Amino acid sequence: MTPKTASPEIERLISLLAKLPGLGPRSARRASLELIKKKDSLMAPLTEAMAVAMRSVTACEQCGNIDTQNPCHICEAPGRDPSIICVVQDVGDLWAMERAGAFRGRYHVLGGTLSALNGVRPDDLNISSLFARVEAQELKEVILAMNATVDGQTTAHYITDKIEASAVKITRLAHGVPVGGELDYLDDGTITAALNRRTPF
Amino acid sequence: MDWQSEGYIIAVRPHGESSAIIDVLTPDYGRHAGLVRGGRSRRKRAVIEIGNKVQVQWRARLSEHLGNFIIEPIESHAACLMNDRISLSGLNALCAMAKTVLPERQIFPQVYAAFDILMQNFEDKNIWPALYIRWEMGVLAALGYGLDLSACAATGETQNLTHVSPRSGKAVSEDAAQPYLDKLFPLPSFMIGGRDLSPQDIDNGLRLTGYFLETRVQWGINQTLPDARAVMIDRLMADRRAE
Repeated sequence: MTPKTASPEIERLISLLAKLPGLGPRSARRASLELIKKKDSLMAPLTEAMAVAMRSVTACEQCGNIDTQNPCHICEAPGRDPSIICVVQDVGDLWAMERAGAFRGRYHVLGGTLSALNGVRPDDLNISSLFARVEAQELKEVILAMNATVDGQTTAHYITDKIEASAVKITRLAHGVPVGGELDYLDDGTITAALNRRTPF
Repeated sequence: MDWQSEGYIIAVRPHGESSAIIDVLTPDYGRHAGLVRGGRSRRKRAVIEIGNKVQVQWRARLSEHLGNFIIEPIESHAACLMNDRISLSGLNALCAMAKTVLPERQIFPQVYAAFDILMQNFEDKNIWPALYIRWEMGVLAALGYGLDLSACAATGETQNLTHVSPRSGKAVSEDAAQPYLDKLFPLPSFMIGGRDLSPQDIDNGLRLTGYFLETRVQWGINQTLPDARAVMIDRLMADRRAE
């Protein structure tokens, strides 16, 4: 067993930081040391920010986004088109879409994908509220911005099955060559998908 | 321990932040699991999808260990099937069934061969449902629960076989089946070498193999068939209604 090098309080801080994505025990130790060294300028504001976030962050009842207000600032924003909903897997995907700044409608966050092998069923996701939104609101379009994976597309097909009877237009993101991508480095599947979905130029 | 083989990825689950544990169905080593380091990285993510055919190298210190896979892509089937909801449901069902019913590290070359043929034909929806049923028949045979469709269980007749007994798994001729029609499974002719293939045959075939896989294979280990198989059947029926 490795001998303890610090007091139990510091060891606890290290072990908690090591649970974060991207941090292992060694990098957690470095982060802890940095926090302790900069107690006033870094640790105190971080503690306060975490306490505030802990108190105020909540999931939006309408779309499943996380925010400090409910409904979230995207659902409440007056400049956004309420008749277009972009369905994404996770909040991280929503943030990615927002960073791109290309979409001015509203979102729906599923919280994951259906998975036949891992036993994730529709009831485990935020899907039923999407169907309720499609029924209740006068929507023009639902954009399925799911990952180009088997599970992502299985989820997209499931949603399409359920809402295609309604009048709403259903679209999905294009699959193919990424910007800056070189054909030589692309996998066969991506090239096939890009070729199958080629567009007039 | 070290071996190389080709195979199909039939299950992927994340492990840690960047790795993945995958199950590969191989002709030489059966269904085999292993860790792919960096399997969720941007470079490898497109390869580590169910249905993709890959060249695998497995390494471990002891044979009982999980071991590590080094993977090279051979054929990318997943990307080609993603747009087709019926084929995608078939792929999900096939991989879920292979993962659920095939014991790990048991070699079934004929099951792999049938799996390979099915994967090559998944884009043709007129063919693959029948191939899928033949694959499930092969799985039953490989696991020791094969259906005997060569002669009638009651009369020994080899012609005009139209039903299957749920008790014995043997074929029954049309005449012998008459008193028990409500208890017997209809036998699709394509399962005994016939050339006719109707949507009703697909339904009957799936009901037949599903019953035997569930009662003979799954109930013994207190499990049912995976949901993905039921989703595939629903999709096939919905597609037929739409036509």
